Amino acid sequence: MTATRLAERLAQLLPVLFGVSVIVFLMITLTPGDPVEIMLADQRATEEQAAALRRDLGLDRPLAERFLVFLGNALRGDFGVSFFHRRPVWDVIAERLPATVELTLVALIVAILVAIPLGVIAAVKRDRWIDRALSAASLFGVSLPGFWFGILLILLFAVEFRLLPVGGRIGFAFEVPRETGFLLIDTLLAGDARAFANAVAHLILPAVTLGLPTAALLARVVRSAMAEVLASDYVLFAEAKGLSRRRVLLRHALKNALIPAVTVTAIETGSLLGGNMIVETVFGWPGLGRLVVESIFARNYPLVQAAVLLYAVTYVLLNFAADLLYTVLNPKVRL
Amino acid sequence: MSAAASEDRPISPLRLGLVRFAANRTALGSALVILGFILVALAAPLIAPHHPAEADLFRRLQPPAWADGGEWSFPLGCDGLGRDILSRLIWGARVSLLVAAMVIAIAAAIGTMAGLAAGYLRGWTDTLISRLVDTLLGFPYLVFAIGLMAMMGPGLHNIVLALVYKEWVFTCRVVRGETLAAREQDYVEAARAIGCRPLRVMLREILPNVLSPVLVVATFRMAYVIIMEASLSFLGLGVQPPTPSWGSMVADGRDFLVDAWWVSTVPGLAILALVLSINLASQGLRDAFDPRLHAS
Repeated sequence: MTATRLAERLAQLLPVLFGVSVIVFLMITLTPGDPVEIMLADQRATEEQAAALRRDLGLDRPLAERFLVFLGNALRGDFGVSFFHRRPVWDVIAERLPATVELTLVALIVAILVAIPLGVIAAVKRDRWIDRALSAASLFGVSLPGFWFGILLILLFAVEFRLLPVGGRIGFAFEVPRETGFLLIDTLLAGDARAFANAVAHLILPAVTLGLPTAALLARVVRSAMAEVLASDYVLFAEAKGLSRRRVLLRHALKNALIPAVTVTAIETGSLLGGNMIVETVFGWPGLGRLVVESIFARNYPLVQAAVLLYAVTYVLLNFAADLLYTVLNPKVRL
Repeated sequence: MSAAASEDRPISPLRLGLVRFAANRTALGSALVILGFILVALAAPLIAPHHPAEADLFRRLQPPAWADGGEWSFPLGCDGLGRDILSRLIWGARVSLLVAAMVIAIAAAIGTMAGLAAGYLRGWTDTLISRLVDTLLGFPYLVFAIGLMAMMGPGLHNIVLALVYKEWVFTCRVVRGETLAAREQDYVEAARAIGCRPLRVMLREILPNVLSPVLVVATFRMAYVIIMEASLSFLGLGVQPPTPSWGSMVADGRDFLVDAWWVSTVPGLAILALVLSINLASQGLRDAFDPRLHAS
């Protein structure tokens, strides 16, 4: 990719990031209802206390000034103090972040491991039962409410068959020193194989709940890309050369069919972040999504605002990365 | 179709699409299921066997009629407060369908107007609208809606508002694209040449030609909006109790998974059935109204 093209893309990225921060800023300001009133709804606060809170939140200053302060602080990673936790908002978020990232990554691996073989098989066996089953499954995948799917899995694997644990990231019996915050890594660093196995067992159901609907979508992308590639001249040529079916499929066809899959995967990772709030709530997973939902009920607005901004910026950057990857991987658009 | 074709004037694309849609059995069947849900929602006060908020602690977690301890007067069993699940399901259909219909209607109207303006007027109008669209697309949908609900507080009106704020973008993108294409067509140029004002060209010439894509987008987005409303209600950010909604019914059942599987399962099935039908029907609509698929 040329430098000018990269610069062009960056120039498109910046206004979106700016716009996103404006909207997050306005969320608390322009929505009907006074945040201070909602925050103090449960307590018998005096007028002075309400005014003090309004001053603390900076709500008494002009809109433009408040936005500049908000933007400047956000750029420095300063999102104020979470009065619920009595600690900086960013510290609270950073503490919960590894749990969410770990869950998202494992869900992504589940999605990829399921989707790529299924998509390839469906493309090779076009219009056979497996192809039809895949289209039916992807229709189900988009029609299934995530929270309900999670509950069904709990009913089946935890309540009925008692195969897997539910709730939290690891059993209470285990104590793992926190190094990275990623339990799969921390348990290995501690050399505790049983704790590792327990952490994996806790991860399975949430990761499947989050990953399978994505897999359904991704498999469809792989299928259509693979079907297109299989019909192309160079695959025909490779077959005519007498290369084995396996070699043609894996070396020649799949490599190109994966280009759109990579893009969709990057975009879907962003959507997984949204799905996290649901899945973490269903499984009592102590990650960022759960923290946001708890903070809403604790009326902890600065934290909600910071988390929404973090989610959105990550989402925008992932889309940007998807765009770049597509350009880098696909020689046809590399102009 | 032959009866229509024998008339002198050409068949309208809308009519042709509807004929094609009706010939698609899956799509037609799904449309009937959706119609069933709508009728149930409308007739809720007449057909619900019990009051949806009527609690009877003696019937707490009473199983469905076919299971041991069930009764046919409470066919789908009772929840943790002893409320009849079937009645709550019937009333819950109102919330799901009402929110979805309102969100889609308002979002389609705003999105169509914005898309027409951006695509036809171009210039700074287009820049402004497109920037806003790009920015809103920068939020994961659920995160955006949750953020807004957090600030506004729960409630029916706020859900509609929170979802509309982002939902119009999807219609807008489609309409803008269609308008850009229509702008170059002869009939639009002809209208411009005889001195029609922009507003007239947009509303009288272009609008009728973008209505079928708007219809298709509206139906498949409706499926998504129903899941969004259910998700917000599940998190406790939706319609507040005692009004029953499917999402909050699933959430209510989470505490009783070990003793009473039906409390969470049944409302989820209702969501799945409705959303699946809408998705199937919208696939049928897309096939019926997309002329590119029928060119061959």
